[in-house]
Amino acid sequence: MSTTAQAATGRGPMTAGSWRARTLLRAGVLGGAVAVYLCLVGIVPVFADRPLVVGVVELGQAALLIAFGVVGYAAARDLVATGRLRAIVAGAAAGAIGGAYLTALVLAGSVIDLRAVFLNASPELYDLLSAGMGTDGAWFPILVGAITGGLAGVLIGMPIALRSPLLWGLGSLVFFGLFAGLLRTPMLVTPLAGLARFLFAADGLTVPGASIVAIGSVAVAGAVRMTRPRQRVDALPNAQRRLVVGPLAILLVVGVLAFPLMLGPFFAQVIAFVALFILLGLGLNITLGLAGLLDLGFVAFYAVGAYTVALLTSTAEYGIAGMSFWQAVPFAVIVAMLFGAFLGLPILGIRGDYLAIATLGFGEIIRILAGSDLLIDFLGGPRGILNVPKPIEVPPTHWLAGPVQIYYIALAFAAVVAFVAWRLRGSRLGRSWMAIREDEDVAQAIGVNLVQTKLLAYMLGGGFAGLAGAISVALIGSVFPTSIQLQLSINVVAIVIVGGMGSIPGVVVGALVLIGLPELFREFSDYRLLFYGIALMGVMVYRPEGLLPSKIARRELHTAEELVAMPDADLITDEEIKEASTP
Amino acid sequence: MILLKAEQLTKRFGGLTAVNKLDFELEEGSIASVIGPNGAGKTTFFNCLAGFFHADEGTITFDGLQIHRQRPDEVARHGISRTYQNIRLFASMTALENILVGQHNHLRATWLGAIIRTPSQRREEKAAHEEAQRLLEFVGLKGRGDSLAVKLPYGDQRRLEIARALASKPRLLLLDEPTAGMNPSETLRMTDFFRKLRGDLGITILLIEHEMRVVMGISEKITVLDYGQKIAEGTPREIQQDPRVIEAYLGRDGSAEAAPSAASEGGGLAVGT
Repeated sequence: MSTTAQAATGRGPMTAGSWRARTLLRAGVLGGAVAVYLCLVGIVPVFADRPLVVGVVELGQAALLIAFGVVGYAAARDLVATGRLRAIVAGAAAGAIGGAYLTALVLAGSVIDLRAVFLNASPELYDLLSAGMGTDGAWFPILVGAITGGLAGVLIGMPIALRSPLLWGLGSLVFFGLFAGLLRTPMLVTPLAGLARFLFAADGLTVPGASIVAIGSVAVAGAVRMTRPRQRVDALPNAQRRLVVGPLAILLVVGVLAFPLMLGPFFAQVIAFVALFILLGLGLNITLGLAGLLDLGFVAFYAVGAYTVALLTSTAEYGIAGMSFWQAVPFAVIVAMLFGAFLGLPILGIRGDYLAIATLGFGEIIRILAGSDLLIDFLGGPRGILNVPKPIEVPPTHWLAGPVQIYYIALAFAAVVAFVAWRLRGSRLGRSWMAIREDEDVAQAIGVNLVQTKLLAYMLGGGFAGLAGAISVALIGSVFPTSIQLQLSINVVAIVIVGGMGSIPGVVVGALVLIGLPELFREFSDYRLLFYGIALMGVMVYRPEGLLPSKIARRELHTAEELVAMPDADLITDEEIKEASTP
Repeated sequence: MILLKAEQLTKRFGGLTAVNKLDFELEEGSIASVIGPNGAGKTTFFNCLAGFFHADEGTITFDGLQIHRQRPDEVARHGISRTYQNIRLFASMTALENILVGQHNHLRATWLGAIIRTPSQRREEKAAHEEAQRLLEFVGLKGRGDSLAVKLPYGDQRRLEIARALASKPRLLLLDEPTAGMNPSETLRMTDFFRKLRGDLGITILLIEHEMRVVMGISEKITVLDYGQKIAEGTPREIQQDPRVIEAYLGRDGSAEAAPSAASEGGGLAVGT
């Protein structure tokens, strides 16, 4: 290992060589630390039995391989301009340094009992790392690291036309490997059952499945790169473009509508959850994204909507009106809006951090009130309100039974709300919100009534959240004080920020990524918050404008290219000066 | 006709009296300036006029209405519009959006109407966009409507701020050091622009300005503040010869320390005589 490292650093010119050695070393050291971390928190040993491709690679190993690959990529990236071979050597060296950490772990584990502190530092882990050879095989991770890092170096030296499809292929392998079980189960009851068995095992891809997925995605990605359909469509005249985009949009809508029927109730439930969070996100997108009012107690409005529907519709104790879901929903929205105004009034003059803390308080007040003895005769205290009827009462075997109907209801409401949010954004009110976000004093000096405008932001945002609460009660069938959790407020803030502040498609993407994916990967539930945190940090560091930002945020945060392209408008011609100086 | 009138206006910050018993009148359709050494209370006076501060004593009357107890948005509705010493645009909105916000008081759209997008609403939006484009052209920013305000060059930002102020169709425009940081040719164009504003749109203009070339060239009346008090008022020629003004700028003895800064301001004072 040491010889390769010397080779990588020694060949470069002395001046540049030292800092390149530093990047290489840093990549290796960080990667190694990550690899050890993955092992000790249990991700590697726990998922050692979860195949990604049956009989070839397990998820735990894949996590380490990906870590080494990233290390090699990071180390080789700066060197690729000076030569492909050098990049490969650097990648291998960095990977080897990373692997050395695992070697050290295996050796350390043979001397000291790490298990006293790290539950996952089991003999199985050491077996896995040393390929079953014990301390004699301690060199094994170094070899694997070097090979993986070297391959990353090879990859980075390839022309982008080749590299990009290959990366897509690798990505799809991981994606389908993770999803295989989820995709297989619903397919088994369809005529596609044979295909499902051929491609997917109960967990992970089969070997032929993996080959098909890999080759297929490389081919598709390559074809897309070469033909560039997106740019071609963009270049078409409007009428023709509509001919292409229209059917695709219809296909998408049909696909979304047919989704739960094809994939079954589990997916329907997951997507219904996602749609609920889209509703919440769209609501917060008004208060936070447009008006810039950070609300950490957003769950309060959700709770108000949920309890309103529960009270009005429940057939059990505490139900007061025996209404149907549809009759109760408008009340839920209106009550939530009134709460928005009510909660908004005392905090109108508060800005920034202080506002965040004040709203945080509201969320807690509502939660404690709902569970308190004070309101126990009305809200049931900790026992909650049960027996909330489904919006559409059908026999359990009906295709609309269970989460499927909630999926459609939530989706329909989300579509309506997205439309409303979009209309508001481009209106006088939306512009006033943004003006308040940018500079409250100036907005007021222009004539914006701060009280009215801010209250409308709280009210409309709250109304959307109340609607989400109403639907969630219908989905779950009951409501308890424990469903009002700070975590929900935080999730919604995260959705808005990760998706892109002020962007409506961003909210959809944010909800899919932050709510949909974790729901799908139930088996990773132990590590959910870990991945959540990593994802949040990653987005904020690498894409601070969010995954799908509004046009303007994108322009704001990516300035370098634009400034170069902008003509210097400040130059004044001699004529202008002459003209200006003649009275 | 007197458009704006302040009587015995006083604003204190703790022990400091920033504006002290100020009497001030502004003729409709005129261009006037407020000058004075740093810390003389000029911007505080402006902030009182615009409703940012509420005066401790005294009254402000605009077009017969008492406005000294009103909020900034109410003051704006009466037709007073302002710009800021340090440009304060809505940075991450486009130039066009900035002007559209400026039109706020002249648009009627309600939030329900905006969702349904009624025909009258649609007409209003369209007219507002056309008006915004016209204003962009008027201040010389044609074609820059889609640029983010923060991305515009400095001079353009000043112009955009004025366009935003004009969008509310004001009767009185308060300009706080509008030529600060501009080079001489830009300054000249700006003063011509102010004359055009008054001439074409009939807007009354009140300036705070340090650049004596601008003040002396454009103002019909100049008010000089020092330590919050009005020490002189009159035409540019009268102000230049007023011994109290010269004293305020040069210091009582015309001492050696005051001389360098006085040279620039005093030199400016001489221009136009």
